[in-house]
Amino acid sequence: MSGAEFVPLSLTPLLIGILAAVACALPGNFLLLRRQALIGDAISHVVLPGIVVAFLLTGAIATWPMLLGAAGAAVTAVILIEAVRRLGRIEPGAAMGVIFTTMFAAGVLLLEQTDTSAVHLDVEHALYGNLESLIWLDATGWSSLWDVEALRYLPPELPRMALTLLGVASFIALFWRALKISTFDEGFARTLGIHTGGLSLALVITASVAAVAAFDAVGSIIVIAMFICPPAAARMMTDRLERQIGWSVVFATLSAVLGYVLAGYGPLWLGAADAVSAAGMIATVSGVILAAAARFGPCRRRAGAPAGV
Amino acid sequence: MAHRAKSLIGTCDDTGAQNPETSPLCVRGLTVTYGEKPAVFSVDMTVEPGKMTAIIGPNGAGKSTLLKAALGIVVPVSGLTQVFGRPLEAMRSRIAYVPQRASIDWDFPTRVIDVVMMGLYRELGLLGRIRGHHRKVARDCLDRVGMGDFADRQIGQLSGGQQQRVFLARALAQDADLYLLDEPFAGVDAATEKAIITVLKSLREAGKSVVVVHHDLATVTEYFDNVFLINTRKVAEGPVAEAFTPETLQAAYGGRLATAQIDQLAVAQG
Repeated sequence: MSGAEFVPLSLTPLLIGILAAVACALPGNFLLLRRQALIGDAISHVVLPGIVVAFLLTGAIATWPMLLGAAGAAVTAVILIEAVRRLGRIEPGAAMGVIFTTMFAAGVLLLEQTDTSAVHLDVEHALYGNLESLIWLDATGWSSLWDVEALRYLPPELPRMALTLLGVASFIALFWRALKISTFDEGFARTLGIHTGGLSLALVITASVAAVAAFDAVGSIIVIAMFICPPAAARMMTDRLERQIGWSVVFATLSAVLGYVLAGYGPLWLGAADAVSAAGMIATVSGVILAAAARFGPCRRRAGAPAGV
Repeated sequence: MAHRAKSLIGTCDDTGAQNPETSPLCVRGLTVTYGEKPAVFSVDMTVEPGKMTAIIGPNGAGKSTLLKAALGIVVPVSGLTQVFGRPLEAMRSRIAYVPQRASIDWDFPTRVIDVVMMGLYRELGLLGRIRGHHRKVARDCLDRVGMGDFADRQIGQLSGGQQQRVFLARALAQDADLYLLDEPFAGVDAATEKAIITVLKSLREAGKSVVVVHHDLATVTEYFDNVFLINTRKVAEGPVAEAFTPETLQAAYGGRLATAQIDQLAVAQG
């Protein structure tokens, strides 16, 4: 494929897909080890009331109010989940289940009660982005990467996603040691003076910001898959957290690239006329990678398996 | 009002003959509840410096909870904790803590040496660089517990006793003055038990204070200087010869400990 075709049509969706996948996979490593990996799924439901409220307040379907509404709802949900988990002394999975169904239901009711159907507030379109549509029509080829005029018309999701990834990566780099210790041994972490409650909250808030930004750019399926599949596959490649993070970035990138290419060209190779959804294919590829790691990974010893075998 | 509440709970100054400034861990009026029922009720404890103290009591008597509440791991309903005569927060660097082995996910992707390095967190801080001398400290601590050959193993590949020794090595890396261990002898092999008690005794020789949540009554006399008997409330506290008697055991364990067993222990004690 020539640059004239690749740069405007495929470069930006590919980059945004990679950025979104990595931004979700990074915090996913810690969430997985903390048995909180389903938080991505939870957040994909709780953003609904946030979007509806943002619409009711602004009366318009604009990106920023919706993003803020979604982020606000996600953070509210995360705080509620923590509160239920601590006050109710129930396991995190159950706390998530309670909160995300309740908030999703509230969102549906809100949508129904307020006459938003008239303006067609389609949640799928309002927030759950479409990767293939993030094209850069002002680009004419590789040279456009140096063309200030063309760069001004980059899809806004690209800088937004890059900034999100930067924020997520900085948070993890800055609090790496404290995150690792408190994920491994919370009681010990507290005796060291680490504020484990605040850190845990900061981690899930970081994850939910990444999730909302990625929903907007690439849709919910990729987000839910990327929180779990690359970290879970990475865990089976190594017994060291540092390397697990590295593998998860590799797997997330591989899923995004392979998924995008397979979605665009796979059906053609098979003789079908139309391409399939890139988001669906990226999530599928991440699942296939997980299956392969589960079968062939060097560190796939079952939890609780006898030692030394 | 604050003054009144304090006088109700008591302070760490009224510890009798001991100099309160030197008590490594002083707890006053500590109450912890899980739900409605108190797990620990209005407990006073004064750890004697330079001694090995066992916290003993029946299952569910609040032994671990007492330790966790004193360290701020669980939040008490009321109570006061002082470490070397000062608030806990200011004294964290002088405390090393070994949690129960069963409370940990041993499948966590980390190596033995990395776990020991966690003991250097107070020294390294959030972003401090790990240097050669840090690695050497960690390796020396592993050698002291006889685990030097296992530095690069994933922690899940160790036996229970080996895991416990790694946790002890992490506590050694903390280079503290007060060591608090929660059931370090639970489910470990004889070699590990011997290795752990040897290290703990060497800590005492070096003037450190050691507090151990312990469940094996048969070894109390052999291992410890002092005991603290608890069954939600404090039952007895003091040197083994005075506080670890058939009467105090009966009071702590009630019918749960056969009289024959108590007599046997009394005989062993001489």
